Amino acid sequence: MMQFGYYPGCALHGSSNDYEKSVQACLKLLGVKLQEVDDWICCGATAAHSLNHLLSLALPARNLGIAERDGLENVLAPCPMCSMELLKARHAIQEDGALRKQISDIVELKVEGTTDVINLIQLFQKVGIESIKEAVKRPLEHISAACYYGCLLTRPPKTVQFDDCEQPHSMEDILDALGAKTVRWNYATECCGAGMTMANERAVLDLSNKILGNAAAHGANCIVVACPMCHVNLDMKQLDIGRAYGSEHNLMVYYLSDLVGLALGLSEKDLGIDKHFIVTEPKPVPQPAGVEE
Amino acid sequence: MARIGVFICWCGENIARTVDVDRVTQAAAEMPGVRCAVNYKYVCSDPGQAMIRDRINADKLQGLVVASCSPHMHLKTFRAAAKAAGLNPYLVEMANIREHCSWVHHNREEATAKAIDLIRMTVGKVLRNKALDPIKVPLTKRALVIGAGVAGIQAALDIADAGCEVVLVEREPSVGGKMAGLSETFPTLDCSQCILTPRMVEVGQHPNITLHSYSEIESVEGYVGNFKVTVRKKARYVDIDKCTGCGDCWNKCPSKRKMSEFDYGLAPRKAIYMPFPQAVPARPVIDREACLHFIRNACGTCKKKCQAGAINFEDEDKLVTEEVGAVIVATGYQLYDITKDQKNAKYSGYGEYGYGQYKDVIHSLQFERLVSASGPTGGEIKRPSDGATPKNVVFISCVGSRDCAKGISYCSKICCMYTAKHTMLYKHKVHDGTAHVFYMDIRAGGKNYEEFVRRAIEQDGAQYHRGRVSKITEENGKLIVRGADTLAGVPVTIEADMVVLAAAMRPSDGVLELAQKLKIGYDEFGFLSESHPKLRPVETNTAGVYICGACQAPKDIPEAVAQASAAAGKVLVMFGKGELTREPEIAQVDEQMCAACYACVRTCPYSAIDKAEIRDRKGNLIKYTARVNPGLCMGCGTCVAVCPSKSVDLEGFSEQQIYEMVKNLI
Repeated sequence: MMQFGYYPGCALHGSSNDYEKSVQACLKLLGVKLQEVDDWICCGATAAHSLNHLLSLALPARNLGIAERDGLENVLAPCPMCSMELLKARHAIQEDGALRKQISDIVELKVEGTTDVINLIQLFQKVGIESIKEAVKRPLEHISAACYYGCLLTRPPKTVQFDDCEQPHSMEDILDALGAKTVRWNYATECCGAGMTMANERAVLDLSNKILGNAAAHGANCIVVACPMCHVNLDMKQLDIGRAYGSEHNLMVYYLSDLVGLALGLSEKDLGIDKHFIVTEPKPVPQPAGVEE
Repeated sequence: MARIGVFICWCGENIARTVDVDRVTQAAAEMPGVRCAVNYKYVCSDPGQAMIRDRINADKLQGLVVASCSPHMHLKTFRAAAKAAGLNPYLVEMANIREHCSWVHHNREEATAKAIDLIRMTVGKVLRNKALDPIKVPLTKRALVIGAGVAGIQAALDIADAGCEVVLVEREPSVGGKMAGLSETFPTLDCSQCILTPRMVEVGQHPNITLHSYSEIESVEGYVGNFKVTVRKKARYVDIDKCTGCGDCWNKCPSKRKMSEFDYGLAPRKAIYMPFPQAVPARPVIDREACLHFIRNACGTCKKKCQAGAINFEDEDKLVTEEVGAVIVATGYQLYDITKDQKNAKYSGYGEYGYGQYKDVIHSLQFERLVSASGPTGGEIKRPSDGATPKNVVFISCVGSRDCAKGISYCSKICCMYTAKHTMLYKHKVHDGTAHVFYMDIRAGGKNYEEFVRRAIEQDGAQYHRGRVSKITEENGKLIVRGADTLAGVPVTIEADMVVLAAAMRPSDGVLELAQKLKIGYDEFGFLSESHPKLRPVETNTAGVYICGACQAPKDIPEAVAQASAAAGKVLVMFGKGELTREPEIAQVDEQMCAACYACVRTCPYSAIDKAEIRDRKGNLIKYTARVNPGLCMGCGTCVAVCPSKSVDLEGFSEQQIYEMVKNLI
């Protein structure tokens, strides 16, 4: 049994509890045990680093300190914002001895930056693409997915040091193992608008509309994400997008763990897929549709 | 009793302002062994040198200390002055009281005391100096030029025209290099091939030039004046003496599986091919990997069709040895690899530009072929995907260059100019088209260069946007180029039909291995290092090896040619002498003491120490020893430091001299 630390972050315990349900169900089946970081706090997200640099390091550092204290080697942070913030703090602490001391004083906890932070894709990689392939019960032959990495999974490249920042392929590798098809499209690493959904919804609707449209135009019958924020903007907002642009996308937006779970034999209910706003059977795609705007 | 003369220079104000030269003179006069001490405003001047000569004669001096600037500056001057007065030049030493003292200190008291210390040390050293004689080395007046692009061609022709023999080695099947594939050249728009091909023909026919095309340097032995170079002549499978270049073979060859290297993959080529019609030598070569004879022992059409009987499938690589006195490296450049597959992870490529993914995203050298009359489209601008004429073309400069995130900090220097040229050539052929350029800065330093760029913008209407492109995607058959115009402060999206990437210049593949064979230095990017950035721009730190062209740094044609002629000039200066003299300040092994552990052989950075045997008259082995090759030793002293039995010493810098200096300091 593989064991990892687990940092759910605010999203997975709140608005995106369907993501947590999916991750937990899927990993249980793969024999992965998650140990939630004790007494974790918010990573700071966009709010902290736009206000105070030290605060934006101290908040995630406290979580790292607890994980270190409890002897966790790797911590899974399924939200890319969380994993990026945790890694940013980790690098800063590792590189600067004075800062290490200062932060340790602030959070009243020794923080060395020894615990590594991984995203959901990296966790699947650690489980092993081959072992996932062997565990597949229902190959996802009907799926033709647009893998959507968004802005944060691969960026900033020096901080997250994950995959090819402009042309990533790690999700495609996993979907390949599940027997699903993937499409080559243009918006894999574009921004969905993220937290602007609160401040400037129109910007989010515009960006997300382009993402959904481009995925469909390149022959995808669903989108796969590994980020709660992306899911909110592409799934929850999809009806709003439709109303704003008169475009009826009706496109399923899966979490990566949803598809792994489905292939391993779990039901949509087990994975919380029934909680999504858009629930539809991915349309069969006989022929890649012509490119359309 | 020794008779040392000490000459203290004011260097105008440079030294005298900070150092009390009178006090220094007084102190020097009292040092043991010093016969006379004088100071003068400019010791290096004519009267200053005359004073040195006079004092040598008047005081019968046996050694000199000149306390002035760095020996790099004037040691040669003062040694020559001493020689003119009949004193062995190696009995002259300098105490650097300028760079090491007056220039770096403010306190006059302390600087004066330090100057006195420096002189006392040097006097101590000179007391132990020995008269030395320059080493004479025989000289082979024959040069090797590696690389036959425009720089190599220029260097080879200059040397050959002066009457010396040249061995010219080119890796590709033809000479000509990158320039042979260019369309027209900035800032005059004259045709590249028209100006280069006559030079190529000249190289091929020159009685003083031995051309080894399709050949590489296997190994290099020896030293300045006496290099022994082994050249690997790669199997061509065509006897170039029998072949007439008629073309029957490649016209009939059925294999079209390979893309042309000369056209940068824009057109296929046959398995037996001549890279381009004006190739020199005008002889084809067989590509084993594409040839059906080698793949499955079939075909043989070329052999059947060849009336001259020149096809030889049994051909093998041949090694030839050439003896030369000097080497010029002119191995040129290649483009930064825009895709992700990099041999060096440092150069991470531009996945976001979709090169290799979208057919109509091409690099600048490919564009050169597209506009070249000898190119795959006959000079008509047709995009690679469907042959349509692109109406909107985006040119992106600095793809790789000046982008530390992608591994390169330097400016490739020529891209601003050739991109301006590209927009013009495009506009001259597609009158209703628009050329867009994304740039960081426009660097147009050079004769008529700025005017050329202005012409591209003002007369030919190129749309320049200052900013970078973040992403290129394809939609509806259009390339969507998204970038920023940082002058207007707005994001820009252009629907382009074709995109041309001005990829950075990097040194050619294999140059590091070559540099190691020649024992010359290179920088972190692999560009070969000159000996001095200003005063020795074409020399390397290995005597007898010179560099020119883009292997040293990115440069355009005029600069490469100028540098090539400079390198040729340096070689000819050397060849103008009957024999070579080298500085005698080299290592000497005490062969009786040497325990033959060969620690020195392993450490010597110049491979200047050999394992040798001492035999008696009857040929019986007495002992083994290390022995310094005086032609190769650069006098660095590394062997002295590693020798466990203290059997090596450096002439003119002996351990005794260093002890004496230390003793005089403490």
